[in-house]
Amino acid sequence: MSEIRIENISKNYGKVQAVKNVSFSVKSGELFGLIGPDGAGKSSLIRIITSLLLPDSGNIQLGEYDVVKDYKIIRRLIGYMPGKFSLYQDLTVKENLEFFATVFGSSIEENYDLIKDIYHQIEPFKNRRAGKLSGGMKQKLALSCALIHKPEFLILDEPTTGVDAVSRAEFWDMLDRLKSKGISILASTPYMDEAMRCDRIALMQKGEILGTNKPSEISKMIQHDMFGVRADDMYKLKQFLSKCIDVDAVNLFGQEIHISLKTGINETSIREKLALQGFSNLEFRQIEAEIEDVFIHLMTRQAKEVKNDQ
Amino acid sequence: MLPFIFLLPLIQTLILVYAASFDMKEIRLLIIDKDQSTESRNLQQKFIASPFFVTEIRHEASNAQDVIISGEKHAILYIPKDFEKSQKRQESTELQLLIDAVNQQAAGLINAYTNNILRDYSGNLKLEQGLISEKNLSPINVQKRYWYNSSLNYKHFMLPGILVILVTIIGTFLTALNIVREREIGTMEQINVTPIKKWQFMLGKLTPFLIIALFDLSLGLLVGVILFQLPIVGSLVSLFVFALVYLIAAVAMGLLIANEAKTQQQVMFTVFFFFVLFVLMSGIFTPVESMPQWAQAFNHLNPLYYFMRAIRMILLKGSDLGDVVPELISLGILGTVMFGVAVFRYRKLS
Repeated sequence: MSEIRIENISKNYGKVQAVKNVSFSVKSGELFGLIGPDGAGKSSLIRIITSLLLPDSGNIQLGEYDVVKDYKIIRRLIGYMPGKFSLYQDLTVKENLEFFATVFGSSIEENYDLIKDIYHQIEPFKNRRAGKLSGGMKQKLALSCALIHKPEFLILDEPTTGVDAVSRAEFWDMLDRLKSKGISILASTPYMDEAMRCDRIALMQKGEILGTNKPSEISKMIQHDMFGVRADDMYKLKQFLSKCIDVDAVNLFGQEIHISLKTGINETSIREKLALQGFSNLEFRQIEAEIEDVFIHLMTRQAKEVKNDQ
Repeated sequence: MLPFIFLLPLIQTLILVYAASFDMKEIRLLIIDKDQSTESRNLQQKFIASPFFVTEIRHEASNAQDVIISGEKHAILYIPKDFEKSQKRQESTELQLLIDAVNQQAAGLINAYTNNILRDYSGNLKLEQGLISEKNLSPINVQKRYWYNSSLNYKHFMLPGILVILVTIIGTFLTALNIVREREIGTMEQINVTPIKKWQFMLGKLTPFLIIALFDLSLGLLVGVILFQLPIVGSLVSLFVFALVYLIAAVAMGLLIANEAKTQQQVMFTVFFFFVLFVLMSGIFTPVESMPQWAQAFNHLNPLYYFMRAIRMILLKGSDLGDVVPELISLGILGTVMFGVAVFRYRKLS
């Protein structure tokens, strides 16, 4: 039973509500992604899950243990990789690993199997100081250190921030392999493309969870049809669409503008309106919503709800 | 960092012991001699011969004050006309002494030195005039002996005090900085999620600084013995036992500050505040006994006070541990309480 259950967690810093009544669960042996922009409250939530921060209300269970009450046991069960590189920069790679193994009353040899794949890649530099490693290598070392005591839960706060694209892909491969060994993994990331690597994801914004689903199912969270529009004058086009009352959400996506229409509005009416504006080289096509579209859509809805509440 | 920890104390000892001296030398004195007689020249000679004065003689009084205002001279001695004449008539004579008293301590010393020379001079004068016999030069003859520092060597008094400051900087300041730095760079967060116990973490933090501080103390003593002929009258074992107890208190103080401060900047400011307060009240320059009652009461909470007292007693007076038991117990209690509070206040949370 390595399930993480998060129920009604809230946390305030003074007047700022960092986490608002958040609930979701990570199943045993699942790779779960917490997706959201900077400042969404991901790090605060992760600190609460790792027992570093006390929640104002709500409770979290890791397996059968409560994060607040059984924090001493919890700390043995979790491997945590903070968002900032947090190993001793003036210790060598090997010394860092030995240190964290010793702190957990373990040794490198004892759990070498688990970290072998990862540590193997940085072993040639084992006598180099951690501060002198490249971003990708630091990340591998941090992951090794988080795993050295064979945790049941692996919790990663933006593990790929500041790491190059190749290392990022490698990193998610490693997480896949760890998952296959039965470790439940919760990782936060601001990158939408990484969401596809997760079994399930939760979208987080302004302290709230907007939705939880499989990445492949996430497009179904938008009931409305999505369209991609482009024209020569993209700026004017975007301005027009933003003001147009028929359009629900507008998102500039690469070469196109993605829009969703309000309920009851059909494709023909918006096409006619665009035609009247006389945009040159106008293209209009129906598309499958991507995670980013869903995110923007849900964010817009959240913002409107807040407005209505007030 | 390590070379700094060992080199800076050495430099500090060398500079401060020489610089932080109360001995006044080279007092710049202007003598205005309006009399220009044999007697006035005799008096001038006394000042010229003294190792404490650098004397200049003038015969005109005009603009004399300017030399004090401009800081060119520390003092002016005014010898009036008829100085010799009134002495011959055995009348009393008045001299005027002007002293720059911006630094009141220095002014006091200048006054004392000048009076010594004048007393000596007038004693000889009476002797020459046959007014008194050598036996009755002074009605009461005091035979002085200064105990524990017979030559009144100021360096022997200052050096132990500077060593106390030194080990405090390492024990308190470096410990506090080190812990807050871990908080700043984030290693603390990684440590906090491990099952490590609070006291284990703190013990690990303070041990290196304890050892470095004791090493620096030894180094300082060695420098003192070689360069300043510091007498080590008492036992070194007593000194190091006391130093160890003191350092536990000093390190605990660092831990306390580190618990409350969030950044290294805050640490520096807080340490500086307590440091200046504790050092000046510890009796490093001025005797604690002459401080007001409330200050003396406050000193019971000042770890530096106990060590400042004990190190001088052990090094200069030859006291052993038995003689400093009250200080040792008070310091021990203070250290234990501070360390306990530090461990209690420390939270393994971010």
